[in-house]
Amino acid sequence: MPPREGIYGLLAEFNTPSELVHATEKAREAGYRRMECYTPYPVEEAAVALHFHKTRVPLVCLTGGIIGLVTAFLMQTWIAVWAYPLNIAGRPLFSWPAFIIPAYEWTILFSGLSAAFGMIMLNGMPQLYHPVFNAPNFRNGATTDKFFLCLEAVDPKFSVTETRTFLEQFPAISVVEVDH
Amino acid sequence: MATKGPLHDPARDPVVDPMIDPRTGEYAVIAPGHNFKSVTAKIADIVLTSNTPLGWFFGLMVAGGIATGVVIGCTWLFLKGVGIWGVTIPGAWGFAIINFVWWIGIGHAGTLISAILLLFKQTWRNSINRFAEAMTIFAVCCAGIFPLIHVGRPWLAYWLFPYPNTMNVWPQFRSPLAWDVFAVSTYATISVVFWYVGMIPDFGTLRDRAKMPFAKYMYGLAALGWRGSTRHWIRYESASLLLAGLSTPLVLSVHTVISFDFAVAALAGWHTTIFPPYFVAGAIYSGFAMVITLAIPIRKFYHLEDLVTLRHLDCMAKVMLGTGGIVAYGYSMEVFMSWYSASHWEFFMMWNRMFGPMGWAYWLLILTNIAIPLTTLWSRKLRVNVTYLFVLSFVVNIGMWFERFVIVVTSLYREYLPSSWGTYVATRWDYIIFIGTWGLFTFLFLGFVRFLPMIPMSEIRMMLPQTKVRRGGADAETVVEESL
Repeated sequence: MPPREGIYGLLAEFNTPSELVHATEKAREAGYRRMECYTPYPVEEAAVALHFHKTRVPLVCLTGGIIGLVTAFLMQTWIAVWAYPLNIAGRPLFSWPAFIIPAYEWTILFSGLSAAFGMIMLNGMPQLYHPVFNAPNFRNGATTDKFFLCLEAVDPKFSVTETRTFLEQFPAISVVEVDH
Repeated sequence: MATKGPLHDPARDPVVDPMIDPRTGEYAVIAPGHNFKSVTAKIADIVLTSNTPLGWFFGLMVAGGIATGVVIGCTWLFLKGVGIWGVTIPGAWGFAIINFVWWIGIGHAGTLISAILLLFKQTWRNSINRFAEAMTIFAVCCAGIFPLIHVGRPWLAYWLFPYPNTMNVWPQFRSPLAWDVFAVSTYATISVVFWYVGMIPDFGTLRDRAKMPFAKYMYGLAALGWRGSTRHWIRYESASLLLAGLSTPLVLSVHTVISFDFAVAALAGWHTTIFPPYFVAGAIYSGFAMVITLAIPIRKFYHLEDLVTLRHLDCMAKVMLGTGGIVAYGYSMEVFMSWYSASHWEFFMMWNRMFGPMGWAYWLLILTNIAIPLTTLWSRKLRVNVTYLFVLSFVVNIGMWFERFVIVVTSLYREYLPSSWGTYVATRWDYIIFIGTWGLFTFLFLGFVRFLPMIPMSEIRMMLPQTKVRRGGADAETVVEESL
């Protein structure tokens, strides 16, 4: 858990995605690791520059799907064979082909819910407070048309003066300190 | 699709219309000259304005008035029972089932647009996908009413779900009606989740742009603290793609399962293997017609012609042409099989459908589903003619309603034993509840366009040329194509 007081990081604001990606790559080359980009739409190049390409969302989704499939199939088998056996036109009690359809639907239901809620949980949401919202210019642009790079204070290489000089070499609109 | 080659020679025939891309001669997906700020403002201001257009209030009033039909109709139904409807024996499935299938079908285009077209990387869909998804959800709401009130004792409708109870009674999983419960409830849930996930970044935008504290608060809650972080975006994109991949088999399965309600029954006219694909194609056909019905007035009323362009209408009309063709094939195969099967019952069913007492309904559906759309939609001029498409979308939806009417009613009222033949006459309560659902649908949709972002802002931003990332900052020459 990072300290909840003092400076969170330095936030540089850019006009174009190209400038952001360039700055991110240079920051990584300079040895910064604890950093994050904020963009109004997904910029894949920024993720590449951050070396972030593995998400666990597909794994969560697959797990959910398998749980859904197994749950629905076993539930139907238990109901049809043991809990409430009914003779339907002389069919066997374990008439598994008929059980595939609800099992198929629950596979999709569970995996879909896992993908959506898994994404939300892995993102740490809902998180209504975040230090970057304290930056005066963040809300004006991050969800509309501006591109931000935040170098975080927890990075061992971070220093308020040196990092600021580093960020100011790029054509950033502004570089501001973000407090907790 | 026509080849994308040099269709158009700019030297010979200079393009006057700014909406036409001079290189291809195609209509642009987004009008030129937009940037991140302008598209965001255009869409967000519809929601965040403090000046609600008077026309919206008027529309809401009319739709709400019509929607009371559902309330009044259902109240009377609960007091008196399903006897107030025209359902009898042998016509035990009347308007309720027809309307259910029709509304669910309408919803399917929304999922097709949001899921299947995403997987096929049809980026033009970005402008229309949000309100098509909303249409799906509201259509499923309207559809869901019917089977619930059709069960006779709607206060016991929860018995359809497998839950432990003191009676020790469980659903019967060999029945397609039980499959329906799973298919439709999954469809409704996943559609809502997909819709909401899609809106999270846009809620962030609305939170940051809202002036009213209450709006800021509500959109802030809905945004869950979205801040556009790149790591979030990657997980978000991954989840969206997975949801699209899951919704695709889901949407195909839902109408397939609904068609099983018919196809599994041993009744001439229902007992056929062509039903699943032909129901799905028909569902998408009517759904696209409904998207056009909604898109045309909305783009006009909210001046969204820059974002929902003629290109979208053209593409949707092409999808209708394709799915309409599958529907036409389904109809002709039904006729062929009733002859080729050499079954007396099948042959009589088809003869009765065409020339029996309700033959007019069959010819009406051939006229509205096949004869009018499938002859005219080949013309590009008509595909981009807004008035024509608007009228045509109503024609197709009437036709698709009659398709379900023909399937349900004309198969049932002339069944195997002539001694049990009857007829089907809908009562005023059938009409009141059905027309009421149109009002309910419109009412919900008007609420949606007022309070939620009806076009996904983040996805529209991705379609702008400014998203291209140039290597080495802004100065370098090499352009890396944004993979969309």
